[in-house]
Amino acid sequence: MTRQITYAEAINEALDEILREDESVFLLGEDIGHYGGVFKVTKGLYDKFGGERVIDTPISESGFIGLGIGAAMTGLKPIIEIMWVDFTLVAIDQILNQAAKFSYMSGGQTKVPLVIRTQGGGGRGNGAQHSQSLEGLFAQFPGIKVVCPSTPYDVKGLLKSSVAENGPVIFIEHKMLYNTKGEVPEEDYSIPLGKADIKRKGSDVTIVSLSRMVQFSLDAAKELEKEGIDAEIIDLRSLAPLDTETVIESVKKTNRLVVVHEAHTTFGWGAEIVSQVQQDAFDYLDGPIIRVGAEDVPIPYNLELEKEVLPQVKDIVKAVKEALYIEVK
Amino acid sequence: MFNLEVSDPANLLFSKEESLRILDQLITIRKFEEKSIELYKSGLMGGSLHGYIGQEGVAVGVCSQLNKDDYLTVTYRSRGQAIAKGASMEKLFAEMMGKVDGYCKGKGGPMHITDLEIGFLGANGIVGAGIPIATGAAFTAKKKGTSQVSVTFFGDGATNQGVFHEALNLASIWKLPVVFVCENNLYSEMSPIADMVPNEHLAERALAYHIPAVIVDGNDVEAVSKVTQEAVERARNNGGPTFIEAKTYRQQGHMFGDAETYRTKEEVNEWKKKDPILLFTNKLIELGLVTDEIVEQLSHEIELKVEKAYQFALNSEQPNYDEIFTDVF
Ligand SMILES: Cc1ncc(C[n+]2csc(CCOP(=O)(O)OP(=O)(O)O)c2C)c(N)n1
Ligand SMILES: [Mg+2]
Repeated sequence: MTRQITYAEAINEALDEILREDESVFLLGEDIGHYGGVFKVTKGLYDKFGGERVIDTPISESGFIGLGIGAAMTGLKPIIEIMWVDFTLVAIDQILNQAAKFSYMSGGQTKVPLVIRTQGGGGRGNGAQHSQSLEGLFAQFPGIKVVCPSTPYDVKGLLKSSVAENGPVIFIEHKMLYNTKGEVPEEDYSIPLGKADIKRKGSDVTIVSLSRMVQFSLDAAKELEKEGIDAEIIDLRSLAPLDTETVIESVKKTNRLVVVHEAHTTFGWGAEIVSQVQQDAFDYLDGPIIRVGAEDVPIPYNLELEKEVLPQVKDIVKAVKEALYIEVK
Repeated sequence: MFNLEVSDPANLLFSKEESLRILDQLITIRKFEEKSIELYKSGLMGGSLHGYIGQEGVAVGVCSQLNKDDYLTVTYRSRGQAIAKGASMEKLFAEMMGKVDGYCKGKGGPMHITDLEIGFLGANGIVGAGIPIATGAAFTAKKKGTSQVSVTFFGDGATNQGVFHEALNLASIWKLPVVFVCENNLYSEMSPIADMVPNEHLAERALAYHIPAVIVDGNDVEAVSKVTQEAVERARNNGGPTFIEAKTYRQQGHMFGDAETYRTKEEVNEWKKKDPILLFTNKLIELGLVTDEIVEQLSHEIELKVEKAYQFALNSEQPNYDEIFTDVF
């Protein structure tokens, strides 16, 4: 049985089930308990599981992520909510110098099964310190997995797998997706990390993206279809692990590639995809690989400027045409 | 250990003229904030609106002791202090609407108001981030031997950020001319500060760093002014930092739309009886400085000014798309 629920509800369900199934799991975060989270993702969990397992923290990101690492090293499974991905930067030492390196530095003795749930991206006029897409930053650091789900189905299944990991995972939700609806089975399921999902089959061009940009790419595909262009949409779902194989296979079929992300273009993770594809599928390419990303400026507050800075459906359509050498007026 | 500083009910701290100016400022901020709610509801601004209603006594009291060239850093709850420091309501509204005549050309938004001409080094979207920055401005003042003072406003919750503690220690060991103003409004977002800090008074935290600290009734504008006078004198005379904890209350939610499930209507109503404007107005009436009619007349005039500023902002242009790429470096 499936039913339509929102992305936020899907996360809530996953957390609910995980808390029920595993005694060692607990949630930490600002205003996640009694209030149910500022995006209402943890709504009702405090009432169900109590303040011992759904714990409101002071505004001390560095402190409670560090605490989460220590707890994870010693047998517990914390799921930490960082209200906005931008605030992970306040705690970056704990995440990247500590959590991401302990397994390796200890010769595999120390494991940090910690999930940091957070939300990123723009679209609400929240300004430069509340609109960033930082997944590429984390993906630059070996030792931490980076998951960016795009649909209610994916967000639930990927969260289940993230919590089952035996190492740190940063799980980046998108603020503009919380209210989007989609089909989610009632039965238990999980989605393995590192498996990209082909969200639309196509033969003329491959579009690779994740998070909110998947829906934008699907919308672009609809427009392109009107012009007889059949796009294949690949949702990477995670940057680490990165499923290059699915991308390469698709490019071998379509011979064209567009990479779409909301993160800034320059040094964005799109370049990594481009690099791997040109290396492994050079002979299959029939055109330049085009990247679509945010302009290289902090995200402006003004809603019109913000829209202009962030990738839009029309930018993806245009990029596909460039990849196909179709003249764009 | 601490006495709550309050003003003398029988005597005015300021001259008649000054008292009227203080009243004018208090009402101006209130009217500006009320208009901001209207602005937010009308959908003309992005992001979130963090209101200041109920806390005006702190901004006005502190800024009454500052010169134009004294420095200030504040939080996202920023327009009250900006007005008290002498900011233009036209430019504030315009920035909130993301217009080109706004303080940051519409690129910053309400969380990033900046006006260097009045020493307003910036509002901030990251809790606690302004505290070391103001400390740095105090460092400049000391190094250059100017008599400028640097003031930073932050909330009760911000005292749980690591950077708060680091900055206080630096200011103390280097005897910097900085005044730390903690607006304790009892809540950090939706969490009662009593659950997040074991100290009854946050001022105790300053004592750990050997910084002189006071607690003051933040809704008593004269009392705030008096303790600030002492702090500013200490700073200008090379006596180093002071910590002021102003006990106050925000009468509205943390941001517009906050369900306020964490507090009772009764509690809010109790605090409304201690409204800073009500208290000061009553005192002025009792001491025969003003009458109800005069206050009403003043309020009316201020409303017109606020309306005029609002209209200015409405009529201001959207920033040009070229603005996206300016000011990056
Ligand atoms: C580093 C960081 N963590 C969390 C937040 C989200 N946040 C915004 S305001 C706020 C509460 C701050 O409370 P307090 O310092 O008491 O100030 P108040 O809002 O009451 O004025 C929180 C948690 C943030 N902006 N920055
Ligand atoms: Mg507070």
